[in-house]
Amino acid sequence: MTPVAAGARPSTTYVEAIREGILEEMERDERVFLLGEDIGVYGGAFKVTEGLLARFGEERVLDTPLSETAIVGAAVGAAMMGMRPVAEMQFADFFSCAFDMITNFAAKSRYRTGVAVPLVVRGPSGGGVHGGPFHSQNPEAYFAHTPGLKIVQPATAGDAKGLIKAAIRDDDPVLFFEHKFLYRRVRDVLPEGDHVVPIGTAAVRRRGRDLSILTYGAMVWTALDAAATLESEGIDAEIVDLRTLFPLDEETILESVGRTNRAIVVHEATRTGGIGAEVAAVLAERCFESLDAPVVRVTAPDTPVPFSPPLEEHFLPNAEKICRAARALTGY
Amino acid sequence: MPDLTRDQRIALYRYMRTTRLVEEKLVALYRQGKIVGGLYRCLGQEATAVGSAFALSKGDVIGPLIRNLGSVLVMGFSPRDVFAQHMGKATAPSKGKDGNLHLGRPEEGVVSAISMLGALIPVMAGIALGARMRRQPLVAMTYIGDGGTSTGPFHEGMNLAGVQKLPLVVVAENNGWAYSTPFRKQTAARSLADRATAYGIPADSVDGNDVLAVLAACRRAVARARAGEGPSLVEAVTYRMKGHAEHDNQEYVPKQELEAWIRRDPIEAYARVLQETGAATREELAAIDREISAGVERDADLADRDPFPAGERALEGVYATALRTPAEVAAVRDAP
Repeated sequence: MTPVAAGARPSTTYVEAIREGILEEMERDERVFLLGEDIGVYGGAFKVTEGLLARFGEERVLDTPLSETAIVGAAVGAAMMGMRPVAEMQFADFFSCAFDMITNFAAKSRYRTGVAVPLVVRGPSGGGVHGGPFHSQNPEAYFAHTPGLKIVQPATAGDAKGLIKAAIRDDDPVLFFEHKFLYRRVRDVLPEGDHVVPIGTAAVRRRGRDLSILTYGAMVWTALDAAATLESEGIDAEIVDLRTLFPLDEETILESVGRTNRAIVVHEATRTGGIGAEVAAVLAERCFESLDAPVVRVTAPDTPVPFSPPLEEHFLPNAEKICRAARALTGY
Repeated sequence: MPDLTRDQRIALYRYMRTTRLVEEKLVALYRQGKIVGGLYRCLGQEATAVGSAFALSKGDVIGPLIRNLGSVLVMGFSPRDVFAQHMGKATAPSKGKDGNLHLGRPEEGVVSAISMLGALIPVMAGIALGARMRRQPLVAMTYIGDGGTSTGPFHEGMNLAGVQKLPLVVVAENNGWAYSTPFRKQTAARSLADRATAYGIPADSVDGNDVLAVLAACRRAVARARAGEGPSLVEAVTYRMKGHAEHDNQEYVPKQELEAWIRRDPIEAYARVLQETGAATREELAAIDREISAGVERDADLADRDPFPAGERALEGVYATALRTPAEVAAVRDAP
């Protein structure tokens, strides 16, 4: 983990940045409202919405029953009425409880009826905190397979703010995956003014010549750690933070790999059918002649997320696993 | 008996008869191979759909299911819309993107169902919630069958509506069968009305084949919703006179049960009421039937001559702004 150093101006944590983004959008647009479990009085299980009830009142910060389907279903209906709902799932693992509402109602509404459902469903994903099989998952790939949805996952505090604002303003349903490991571990000095990060744009976090590491979420920081080690060995890695998982910023991916000619895709989600498979397919289809080596994936294995610390440590990708892949690739 | 003008009494008849005649025409088209996919009928349930939707006012929003052709007619859809939708034509409300009774025009107060039953309950609760936040005093009405009340979304949506006291009316159509599954295998509850009790939602149970009884109960529920007193459930006890869809010969249905319900045809029953109360003579009703029939034939013919959508329209309308143009999609797809 490599936290961003605090600058002269006060810096903001990832969790504060999400809250700030939501707050600004609620001030800007009175149609924006929040609904979810324990988000009002309690401020959310991870305190993302802390203080917003006091500021906006209980109509716009709605504590709901423990009912993910009702939460997202009601968000769909309210969006049809012209509102801009932001629904919290207490953990990203529970997005599956509302799977039909997300994939069959929200995602297909515009296509079937011409009526948009501009809503955001957000929640904490990811492991590294020993949450076990049901509080650590990265379910983004389930949803990337559903046309009609957009999917984002910020890695930095700045992107957390800029992407939540873009998600709320978007005219289509957006799933916003927050990485819970980053909530209080990374911070940024946020740009002043209306900071919006466009959906569908990746960011190059580190320029490099020898290979591209394409990743997102907490793995961006793991990849930066790996890059520091690799640099001492004379391997210069470029790191592309995908930020939006659907639609992928193919141009940035192709531009990077077109220069470095080698690619590692890294994600914390399990391997088969993951976002990495899609990135690898894009490279195979559109970048084949630039590749000097096979595209490789460094991901979690195809198992549930285990609970006990040594098991989870074994399960998660880490800097050493990325370095091994990078060495193999540069020696190919 | 609900307070109705003569025109309104006749309108109820017209909507029910139109439902019946549109369906009969759909069956004919189905046999000619002009219907795309399955054909889901509401024979015997016309009174429930028409009587419930008739309780709404302009500005209200409805979420109909596949046994609610009458509701969409009350809400202003034409037989031509219905035929075009079933034929997958470009002129259909969904422009051929969705089929059968998934008719929707949310901007005109009709939300299109998805096939996952129960899903409309939380969504229509959301319509009511959003309307309340926008200070629009509308009532949301939706439907559920006996099978649909066994789904999780039904219970989650009912519970949220109860907690939030939302202006929602749920019409629970107990037609005895969910595909081939009879009521007794669906629930150990005595009635669908009992299901509402768990959520603190008042419920009425009425004869679903009596259009005036359905209308009266739904008007009470709509009035409660409009007065800010929260959601209601109206159980309409009726019967599915056909199989789940046209392919289903309903051989699992006991013959005596079916025959008993044939004698309770909702349209014939209401025609008798109109004659007994002097609202219309037999001849006047026959003239109405002929007029509706001619209109249905005309609309079916128009829909039949409507164009199919061009194949490439399949790529449109997934997102507000196309992620890639069709040409770009083709370029990637066709790349060596």
